[in-house]
Amino acid sequence: MVLLLVVAMGLSMTFGARDVGWSEIVAALYGQVETIGEAAVASRLPRTLLAILAGAALGLSGGVMQGLTRNPLADPGLLGVNAGAALAVVIGLAWFGIEDATLYIWAAILGAGLTAVAVYAIASLGRGGATPLRLALAGAVTTAALSSLTTAVVLPRGDIAGLVQSWTVGGVGGATRDQIVPVLPFLFLGLVIALLSARKLNLLALGDDTATGLGEKVALARAMAAVAAVLLCGATTAVCGPIGFVGLVVPHACRLLAGSDYRWLLPFSALGGAVLLTFADVFGRLVARPAELDVGIVTAFIGAPVFIWIVRRRKVGAL
Amino acid sequence: MSEPLRSDQRCLAAAGIARIRRKRARRRWCVWAVLLACLLAGVALTLMRGQSFTPPMTVLRALGGADVPGVGFTVRELRLPRAVVSILAGICFGLGGVAFQTMLRNPLASPDIIGISTGASAAAVFAIVVLSMSGPAVSIVAVVAGLGVALLIYALSWRRGVTGARLILVGIGLAAMLQSFTAYLLMRAPSWSLQEALRWMAGSVNGVQLNQALPLFIALLFFGGLILSCNRDLEALRMGDDIAEGLGVRLTATRVSVIVAAVGLVAFATAVSGPVAFVAFLSGPIAARLTSRNGSLLIPSALVGALLVLLGDYAGQFLLPARYPVGIVTGVLGAPYLVYLIIRDNKSGGAL
Repeated sequence: MVLLLVVAMGLSMTFGARDVGWSEIVAALYGQVETIGEAAVASRLPRTLLAILAGAALGLSGGVMQGLTRNPLADPGLLGVNAGAALAVVIGLAWFGIEDATLYIWAAILGAGLTAVAVYAIASLGRGGATPLRLALAGAVTTAALSSLTTAVVLPRGDIAGLVQSWTVGGVGGATRDQIVPVLPFLFLGLVIALLSARKLNLLALGDDTATGLGEKVALARAMAAVAAVLLCGATTAVCGPIGFVGLVVPHACRLLAGSDYRWLLPFSALGGAVLLTFADVFGRLVARPAELDVGIVTAFIGAPVFIWIVRRRKVGAL
Repeated sequence: MSEPLRSDQRCLAAAGIARIRRKRARRRWCVWAVLLACLLAGVALTLMRGQSFTPPMTVLRALGGADVPGVGFTVRELRLPRAVVSILAGICFGLGGVAFQTMLRNPLASPDIIGISTGASAAAVFAIVVLSMSGPAVSIVAVVAGLGVALLIYALSWRRGVTGARLILVGIGLAAMLQSFTAYLLMRAPSWSLQEALRWMAGSVNGVQLNQALPLFIALLFFGGLILSCNRDLEALRMGDDIAEGLGVRLTATRVSVIVAAVGLVAFATAVSGPVAFVAFLSGPIAARLTSRNGSLLIPSALVGALLVLLGDYAGQFLLPARYPVGIVTGVLGAPYLVYLIIRDNKSGGAL
């Protein structure tokens, strides 16, 4: 996995609207910006870093959500959590005129948290609890409603429409170091909490009753895992915009590699997410040269088939 | 053991049933009449009120072709096309939606949730932006793509039979993919301003013209007629595939013609107005509540759909602080209802 990540980083530095040679990359990494190639690499560096961070955060938060809800279809994008974060940021931009990056992140995390709670509540009310179908439907509905609201907020404001439109597709292009630094503490905190909750997720996987019997405080474990997931995907959405399906695909792929023990699965998901998003970003730059395809679109095209595959593979009874 | 009914008792029972039937028929006509009256009132309202108020007689004269200075243009060119297209699109969405919901016996299986509208709108955007097509050609592309997506969803959810849950989930997955495709196309579109793109994606009848209404009307006559001709078989399908087959319904033929007709309706409407959120999904259940599930839902749903689009558009234009496209209004309105449906257990599936 680590090897793959290194390869992905290398590719991400090399390819783009303009190919550069290794010598130029190395030179640029030492801080030279004399040739065009070196300048290109210098602008690709933060982008690659962001792709790695965002991918890791999304993969991790998807894994945590799947464990938390015991639901194979959980994903920050599908559950509408990203849409909630997006709406909060847009409201912040349009009505409160926030410009500070840290406030962005707080708004996104707030939105993500509220939406996560709301979607889970909607899905688990009524008879039968939160089945995958209801969770997915609740997510789809919430996404539809929240994006309607987002559009409603943006439409009267021509001045921010362009900014929002390019942001709502989800991309890591145009990242700068100043954008990345403020998210780091949030991501780090989320990472630590997520990894600490891995053992609790293992117990939750056995069912609430068994987990309680084994001395686990189920509500506390859920809350902790939820905080981690929301921190991770909220902060990511604040910087990159909503990127879907990474959190869905990666944990499933990693389950094939690492088994279902969350202590292994979560770190693997983080690595896998980083690899996937970096590759997706490189791919998006290559298909549409000299323009580029936003990474959110690439992940949707990778992710939707996987989603359908999971749906088909499960027995109807499990759905 | 109860004794067999005597003949006079039988007569009484028959009379009772006949009375109930008459009462139901009366109620059905009542609901239709009320809906139609609401629709007419809505049309009158949208024709009279806008940025300025036009008295009813002046509106009538302007519609009759009289050249009333200052009013003729407003009424004939601005308000009338908007009202006509709203109604036609609403009827299309309502009919298409309820046909799907009835056939699949699941209120959540409406074309806008399982990705068929998304497919049609992605194709329409592709046709307009990349192939620079316009007019009826766009509608044809949208219809073909809508059908293709419908078939794809059906095929992908086929595994020893199609279950409602799998179909809906596959539809959600495909819809997510197609949505990001549409977003990409709109972002790359050079000639479309971002505002316009956003408006179109939300679904809007802003700036429509009367000549756009004609293909929509023809589509409605053709596909709507097809659906109405399947009405009896659709009603039988509500009781389950086996019973319907026992009653002499040809399952495959009915399914294919209903799918083709419903997708055709939704796709044509989408090509003109964009995917007006949730109208296809909401019309059927609202109509079912209004008629207390009495008789066929096709006509009431069509009327409810038309009302939703017409009034949603009016509200978006004049009742809210800023001018919003109709899709925003219906999207925000529809979501709470969908939430309610999910909370209320819909496992039984039969209820609409």
